[in-house]
Amino acid sequence: MSSKKYFVEVDSLAKRYPSKEGELTVFENANFGIEKGEFVCIIGHSGCGKSTILNVLAGLDSATDGGVIMNGKEVSGPSLERGVIFQNYSLLPWRSALKNITFGVQARFPQWSKDKVIEHSLKFLELVGLQGVEHRKPSQLSGGMRQRVSIARAFATQPQLLLMDEPFGALDALTRGVIQEELLKIWNETHQTVFMITHDVDEAILLADRILLMTNGPYARIAESVKVSIPRPRERNTIIHHPAYYKIRNHLVDFLVSRSKELSGNNTDNEGMQSSEFKPVEVDPAEGIAAEPVQINSEGVAVPA
Amino acid sequence: MSNSLTFRAALLSLIFLVITLGIWEAMNQAPQKTEAMSEYELLMGGADQEARVPPPSAVLKLAYSELSNPFYDAGPNDKGIGIQLAYSLYRVLAGFFLAALIAIPLGFLIGMSPLMYKALNPFIQVLRPISPLAWMPLALFVIKDSEASSIFVIFICSIWPMLINTAFGVSNVRDDWINVARTHELTPFKTAVLVILPAAAPTILTGMRISIGIAWLVIVAAEMLVGGTGIGYYVWNEWNNLDLSSVIFSILMIGMVGMLLDLALSSISRWVEYQE
Repeated sequence: MSSKKYFVEVDSLAKRYPSKEGELTVFENANFGIEKGEFVCIIGHSGCGKSTILNVLAGLDSATDGGVIMNGKEVSGPSLERGVIFQNYSLLPWRSALKNITFGVQARFPQWSKDKVIEHSLKFLELVGLQGVEHRKPSQLSGGMRQRVSIARAFATQPQLLLMDEPFGALDALTRGVIQEELLKIWNETHQTVFMITHDVDEAILLADRILLMTNGPYARIAESVKVSIPRPRERNTIIHHPAYYKIRNHLVDFLVSRSKELSGNNTDNEGMQSSEFKPVEVDPAEGIAAEPVQINSEGVAVPA
Repeated sequence: MSNSLTFRAALLSLIFLVITLGIWEAMNQAPQKTEAMSEYELLMGGADQEARVPPPSAVLKLAYSELSNPFYDAGPNDKGIGIQLAYSLYRVLAGFFLAALIAIPLGFLIGMSPLMYKALNPFIQVLRPISPLAWMPLALFVIKDSEASSIFVIFICSIWPMLINTAFGVSNVRDDWINVARTHELTPFKTAVLVILPAAAPTILTGMRISIGIAWLVIVAAEMLVGGTGIGYYVWNEWNNLDLSSVIFSILMIGMVGMLLDLALSSISRWVEYQE
C-alpha cells in the first residue's frame, strides 16, 4: 500500500474456488483502505465478490490470497470490533426487539449490570425511533422496523468498524428512504466507520464519503474509488439539487453500464490491472463544483451562494 | 364466528358419540327368551351361548365404580385403575426422561459435527427400526429385573425420535443466527445455549412429543409381557378374568392418559415456539 496508513487496510485480497477447469478466480488484487470515521460504499454487479470482501472483513470468510489489517492487527476471525448488519436482518426471532439488542450489548460489555445493559439498549432503540415496540418479537415488526432493530444492535455494540451487506435491499423504496435518513442521523452523531455494500447508486451518493466500484467477475477488481464531495449534512430531498450530484451519479451509472464490463479482469486489454500492485484509480467527478458553496433557491434549483 | 364453529363442532361430536353408543348398545342386548329355560340352562346361570361385547351402559357403570375408588389395593391381583396407571406412567416417564438425558446432548453432538453424524448414522439406522419389545429378553437377561427392563424398553423406544429430531434441528439452525453468535464472539457453550438451543427447541419438542406417544404405546405391550403391575398387565389380566367391561374401560383410560401426555407436551412446546 501507499505510505499513508489507513485504519483498515485491505492488501491484494483474492478469492479463488477450485473448479473443473482448474481454478475460478472471483476477484483478485483488491487493494484499498478505509480511514477512521469514513463511510465507504462498494458497488458492483452480482457475482463480483462484494459480499465475500465484506465477509472477509468481518472475519466470517477467509480469502485465498492477501489479508486485512485493522488498527495494526490482522483480521483472522469474527470480532466484536467489527459489527455486521445483514440484508435479512439476522434478528433472533425468539427474542423481543429489546432482547435482541441486549444480546449484543451483553456480549460487548459483559461486566455491565443488567440495568445498565437495558438502559443502553433502550437508548439505541429510541435512536432508531422504535420506542414503544421494544417487547415485540421480530415477527410482529415490519421489515423496516426489523432492520432498524438490527441497526440499533450494531450501533449499540459500538464496533470500530461497521459492515453492512445491502442492509436496505429487502425493503420497499419508501421505507428505504426513511431508514437511510435515520442511518444518516445516527452516523452524524457517532461518526462510525462504515463499509457498506449497495446496489443503489443514489443511496451510495447520499451516504458515502467514497464509493468503490468493482468490475464484473470473474477476475473482478476494485477499479475506481470515487470521491463524493457533496458536503454534509446531506438530506435526501435536497441532495439531488446539488450541482455535483448528477456529475457523480452519471459517472457511477456509466461505470456500471459499460466500463464495469470493459475493465473486467478477463479482458486481455487491461494489462495494467493484472498486477497485485494495482490500486483503484481515484476519481472526483465533481471536482471544483462541490467546493463552491451553493444554495437551494425556492424552486429547488442550486445556485451559487 | 370461530365460537359458533367450535359450538357446532362440539354438537356434531356429541351426535356422533350418541349414535355410536346407541348402535353399540342396541346390538349387544341379550336376546329375549322365547321359551322357558331348560334345567341345564338354569344350572349354568342362564348363560347365553354366545358371548357378547358388554354394552356401553355396563362399561359406564363399571367406570363409575372404578373411578370413584381408583387407588384401592386388595392384593396383587386386584388394584385400582389409578394405581395401575400410576405404575405405567412412572415407567414411561422414567424411561422417557432417561432417553431425553442422552438423546438431546447426543443429538447436539451429531447435529453440530458432520464427522460424528457420519460415524454414528449407521448405528442409528440399524438400531432404530428394531421393535422395542425385541430388546426385552436381552434386557431381562442382562438387567435381571423386570421393572428396570420395562423402563429400558421405554428408554430404547423413545430415544430415536428425540435423537433424530435434535440432530436435525441443531444442524438446520440458520447460518445467519450462527453468524450473529460468531460476530458477537460467543463461546461455543454460549452459542449452544443462547442461539442453537432456542433455535432448535421447537424441533426438539416435536421429537419429544413423538417419543412420549410411542412410549405410551409400547408400555402397554411391555407390561402385558412382563406382568405384575401396570395398565398393560391390567388389560391382559381382565382378559384372563373374562371381564370384558374392564378391558374396554381400561382401553378408554389408556386413550385418555395418552391424550393428556400429548397435551402436556404440546403446551410446553407452545412456550418455545417462535415465528420467523
